[in-house]
Amino acid sequence: MPDRLRDILPGSSDAAIVTTGLTKTYGSVTAVAGLSMSVPRGEVFGFLGPNGAGKTTAVKLLLGLARPTSGTATVLGAPAGAASARRRIGYLPELFRYQSWLSAYEVLVLHCALARIRKSRVGAEVERALVTVGLAERAHDRVGTFSKGMQQRLGLGVALLGSPEVVFLDEPTSALDPVGRKDVRDIIRHLRDRGVTVFLNSHLLGEVEQVCDRVAVVHHGTVIASGSLGALLSNSGVRVRVEGLGAAAAKLERFGQLHLDGEWISVEGVALEGVPDLVSEIVALGGRVYAVEPRHQSLEDRFMELLGGET
Amino acid sequence: MSAVVTLARATVREASRKRLVVALALITLVGIALTGFGFWRLTVLAHQMNGGSPRLSVTELKTVTSQLLILAMFAFSFVLALSTVFMAAPSIAGELESGVAAAVLTRPIRRVQFLAGKWLGLAALTVGYVVVASSLEFVIVDLVTGYRPPHPLEFMAFLSAEALVTLTLTTLLSTRMSPVTGGVVALGGFMLAWMGGIAVALGAVLNNHGVATVGALTRMIMPSDGLWRGAVYSLEPAAWIATMLGSGRTQAAANPFFAPTGPPVAYLLWVGVWAVAVFSAASWSFRRREI
Repeated sequence: MPDRLRDILPGSSDAAIVTTGLTKTYGSVTAVAGLSMSVPRGEVFGFLGPNGAGKTTAVKLLLGLARPTSGTATVLGAPAGAASARRRIGYLPELFRYQSWLSAYEVLVLHCALARIRKSRVGAEVERALVTVGLAERAHDRVGTFSKGMQQRLGLGVALLGSPEVVFLDEPTSALDPVGRKDVRDIIRHLRDRGVTVFLNSHLLGEVEQVCDRVAVVHHGTVIASGSLGALLSNSGVRVRVEGLGAAAAKLERFGQLHLDGEWISVEGVALEGVPDLVSEIVALGGRVYAVEPRHQSLEDRFMELLGGET
Repeated sequence: MSAVVTLARATVREASRKRLVVALALITLVGIALTGFGFWRLTVLAHQMNGGSPRLSVTELKTVTSQLLILAMFAFSFVLALSTVFMAAPSIAGELESGVAAAVLTRPIRRVQFLAGKWLGLAALTVGYVVVASSLEFVIVDLVTGYRPPHPLEFMAFLSAEALVTLTLTTLLSTRMSPVTGGVVALGGFMLAWMGGIAVALGAVLNNHGVATVGALTRMIMPSDGLWRGAVYSLEPAAWIATMLGSGRTQAAANPFFAPTGPPVAYLLWVGVWAVAVFSAASWSFRRREI
């Protein structure tokens, strides 16, 4: 069994999104199986999982695009899909497609009208979105002429219109180059600074690790681990390159589990503050230290570990 | 309501940007020019002297012109049905398939507003097309032959209603079917209704109540042909109706391009109920559809 990590999550009054036993089945296929989670307001929440884990279905349930088979979900205190919630959210779909016969500017104006943004604010709102996603120079070009990456940028701009309180981003960098990905990370951080909750649906773990405060790992439609990144990646260790230690290395076991690989000694489970004591002990035992590399478990390592335990 | 208008405007813009409006306008202008040429040739031939008198009397020319105009408008009604279906099916089902609708439907609008906006935009395009194209054809025929149909406004109203019936059916089908499937099924419904109209005529000729009943039922289930009969009736000169009825009611009813009477008020009320029911079904179906 994998570790079942559960944070003490804030109460629903402080939560932007709460789901309880959320389930969605399509015939005999269960896409989402009893999903229960809480996403605090103002945080960047990473929703991780392999392809087919039920991530996009869960997002559609939260947006009211699909109906749950059972269970409940609330967004900003309102039932998922309620108009009062949809007024305060932004959404970048995984399959991002926008009206190819309109210009980027016109698409944004259309969404402003549908989002009931006051006419007097529309111009500034659209300009701000265009600048934010880097499309100001292509504002009046037809969307049909855009590359996939540019369409995804436009989708992000659409999601940011009207100062939403929660932004759902479903694989927001799937079509972007490294520069675009960095831009998206910067936008997400900027949203967090403004107190916006970001629900980031992704399987790009490196990106999630860089921007998310909290993550949930979903597999076969259910959360198999969740919590802050710090709690999820609590296992840490250190690698030390040593000469002249010999059999005395065994005495280091009190610091953690040892792995010996030539001149390298890995000690798992040692906290960062324990590293100076470890090095002092090695020196006291006659070892000559050439390198010390504190090592944190990456999200990818943890992710693979979790999935390995489940499958 | 504003969301409906916003989406209706976007739908009209979509049609114009995709050059559908331009393409239809060009085809229609070519059709009008060709029929105008035909009517001009007919007039020239009618006025040619044959044994000291024109080939066709004024009354005969008027009758022939009115019948040819009905035939031309029959062809136009087919083009109209095709264009209505092929505009409506991709506009709704296409956006659902491609994913364009996903971002729109997460805005604070109701599903019925999305459908109503699409329907309204397409209806405006359709009715505008009927009014402009019909008016142009009537003006050309008047200029060339001096013939004016007796009830042009009623004709436009009936033809518009026929197109809106087809549009409403396509809207319903688009909530569940792909653009191609929905379009084909809607056109199939239109054709079946037309065949139902022929069945009514055949039933009258053969004095077969069974066939006539099937035809009448078809007109109830898909009212496009029933409305087309109203359009035909509004193009017929009174003298022609009297002549046809004088030739025997059975024979008159057998002519698929002749309507001895306009649709009764009760039928028009039924068409209204049908339209509301089919749009409500579309709304119900779309509300339950998962995106």
